[in-house]
Amino acid sequence: MTDTVQTPEAKAAYDARWARVMDCVQLRRPDRMPIGMQPTFWLAKYGGMTCRELMYDYERTAAVAERAILEFEPDCHSPMFLASASGRALEAMDFKQLQWPGHGVGDNQPFQYLDREYMKADEYDEFLEDPTGFYFRKYLPRVAGVFEGLDELPTLPGMYYTRLVMGSRAFAKPAVRQALERMVTAGEEAERLFNRHMAFENKMTALGYPASYMFSSISPYDYIADYFRGAKQIMTDLFRRKDKLHQMLEKVRIIITRTTIEAVKASGNPFVFIPTHWAPDSFMSDQQFMTFWWPPFRQMLLDLIAADIIPIPMWESDCTKRLEHIADIPAGKCIYWFERTDMVKAFEVLGDVVALRGNLSPSMMTTGQPHEVDAAVKHLVDNVFNKGGSLILDCAFGIPDETPVENVRAMFDAARKYGG
Amino acid sequence: MALDDSALVAAIADMDEDVALELARGALNDGCEPQHILDLCRAAMDIVGARFEQGEYFLPELMMAGEMLEQIGAMVKPLMLAGEADAAASAGPVVMIGTVHGDLHDIGKNIVTFMLEVNGFKVVDLGIDVPVKTFIDKIKEHQPVVVGLSGFLTLAFDSMKETVDAIAAAGLRDSLKIMIGGGQVDETVRAYTGADAFGLNAMAAVSLCQEWLGRAKAA
Repeated sequence: MTDTVQTPEAKAAYDARWARVMDCVQLRRPDRMPIGMQPTFWLAKYGGMTCRELMYDYERTAAVAERAILEFEPDCHSPMFLASASGRALEAMDFKQLQWPGHGVGDNQPFQYLDREYMKADEYDEFLEDPTGFYFRKYLPRVAGVFEGLDELPTLPGMYYTRLVMGSRAFAKPAVRQALERMVTAGEEAERLFNRHMAFENKMTALGYPASYMFSSISPYDYIADYFRGAKQIMTDLFRRKDKLHQMLEKVRIIITRTTIEAVKASGNPFVFIPTHWAPDSFMSDQQFMTFWWPPFRQMLLDLIAADIIPIPMWESDCTKRLEHIADIPAGKCIYWFERTDMVKAFEVLGDVVALRGNLSPSMMTTGQPHEVDAAVKHLVDNVFNKGGSLILDCAFGIPDETPVENVRAMFDAARKYGG
Repeated sequence: MALDDSALVAAIADMDEDVALELARGALNDGCEPQHILDLCRAAMDIVGARFEQGEYFLPELMMAGEMLEQIGAMVKPLMLAGEADAAASAGPVVMIGTVHGDLHDIGKNIVTFMLEVNGFKVVDLGIDVPVKTFIDKIKEHQPVVVGLSGFLTLAFDSMKETVDAIAAAGLRDSLKIMIGGGQVDETVRAYTGADAFGLNAMAAVSLCQEWLGRAKAA
C-alpha cells in the first residue's frame, strides 16, 4: 500500500461533504441533503463475497468497501472496514460474546451477539468496589479465552512496598503467563486490523470522503444490560436491585464518558456513534426510562458536548414516546439517528434541537422495489428536509445485509434528485 | 390462616415479589389446594396482561411476573397429583413457536411463549435457528393451530418466507394460522412472507391466537 495524495479537487470535495454534515449538526441549511452510508455485511452481497470472506480477507474487504464508497459517493460513511473485517482479531482473542461465520454461524450469515449473564446478580458489589479487579478476575475470562488465567491474579491494590516484589510471583504462574502470552498475540492481530482500518480511512480522506465517526460508545444502562447482566436479568434488577443498579450506572457513566472522550480525541474525528438498545417505547415505562435510562445518558451527552464531541445516538426501534424527554439537550450539538420512530414526528419535536439521520425502513429496503425506495426518500425530503429539517438521509440502521444493490442505488439517486 | 385471595393476586399484579411468594408458601403450608393457587396466578396475569395492553406495564413487568409464576409453580408442582400436573400441561390448543433458521435471538420468542402459556395455550417451543424441515416435522407431530415465527435480524425475512412456503408445499398451510414477530417485522414483511398476521409485542401474539380461536380467553 502506498499513501494516496489528496488532490485539490479531492480536498474541495471532502470539505464540501464535511460542511454539508456540519451544517446539519449546527442546524444551518446545507447546500443539499447529505447522505450517510453504513453497511456491514451488505458489503459481502455488494462484492460477491461470503460473510466469512468479508470478515477475514483484509485486502478484498478493503477493496469492496472502497468500491462502494466510490460508486455511491456518500457525504459520510461508517468505518466499514473495521466493522466488517474483525474475524481474525476475534479468533485471536477466542472471543465468546459473538458468534460469527465459521464460529457458530454459517459462512453467509452475519455475526450475532450472545445475550448472557456475564455478571451475576451477587457481583454488583464486587464491581462497585473494584471494577478493574472484577475485570481481571471475573469478567475478562468469561468474555474471551485469552484472558483465562487472569483469575489467578491477586488483588493488585493489596500489594505495596516490598509486598509488590513477592506479589509479582503471580505473573509467573503458568496460567497467568499463558494468558499474558495469548493477550500479546491477540493484541498484535488487533493492531494489524486497526492499522489496516486506518490506512483505509486515510485513503478515503485523501479521495475526498469523510468518515461519519471513528469511535463508537454506549449508554450506561445499555452497557450494564447488554454486556454484564443480560436482557432477562436487567429487567428483574429494575425491581430487585434498584439501588445497586443506580450505583453501577453512576460508576460506569464516569468510566464510559472518560474513555469515550480519550478515544474520540485520539481519533481526530469529533463524532461518536452511540447505538442505543434499551430506550425504545416498548422496553420500559416512562417512569423507568426517566429513572434509570435517560438521566445517566443525558449527563454523558452533556459531558461529551462540553468536550467538543458530537454524539450520534442511534435510537433503536420506536422511541416516539421518548422524544419530548430526549429533546432536553443543548441545541445544535448532536445528530439523532432514528430507526423506527416516525421521522416526521421526530422533526416536529426535535427539529430545532438536533440534526436527524435515517430512516428508510429495512423491510422496504430488503423486499421493496426501487420505485418504492424512491417514494420513501421523497416522503422524507418533502416532509422533513424541505420543511427545514436538518436531515442526513440514511437507512434505519445502516444498509440491511440483504438489500438488493439496485435499492441502494435508488436511495442515493432519489436523495440527489429530491434533496438538492 | 386462610389465604386472602385478593392479596396474592394484588401482590403478583403489583410486582411485590416477596409478599407474593410468602403468601403462596404460607397458603400451601396451610393446606390450600395447589390448583387454587394456580387459578389466582392466572387471575393476576389477567391484570398484568391488561396493564400491559393499556401501556401501564412493559417488558420488565412481564419478566418479573414470569419470575414470580415460575417460583410459585415450583412450589405447587410437587404438591399436585401426577395426573393433575399432566392434565394441566397438556390442556389447551397448541401453538408452535420458533426463531427461524439463521437467527439466534430468543428473548422476544421466550416472552411470547410465556404470555401464551399463562393465557392457557400449550406452547411447543422449537428454540432458535430452527431449520425449515424441523418446523414441518414438528407441525405434523403436534398439529398446532397456530405457528409463530420469530426473528430479529433482517435475514429472518427470507427464512420466514421459506418456512411459510415449505409449510404450504407440505400441504399443511390450510390447517393452521401463521403469525410472525420480532425486530423489524411489519406489514411489508408479513406480505412478503405470506404469514397471516404480524405482532409488535407479546400481547399482540396472545390476541391473535385468541382471535383465531374465536374466543376471548383460552381454556
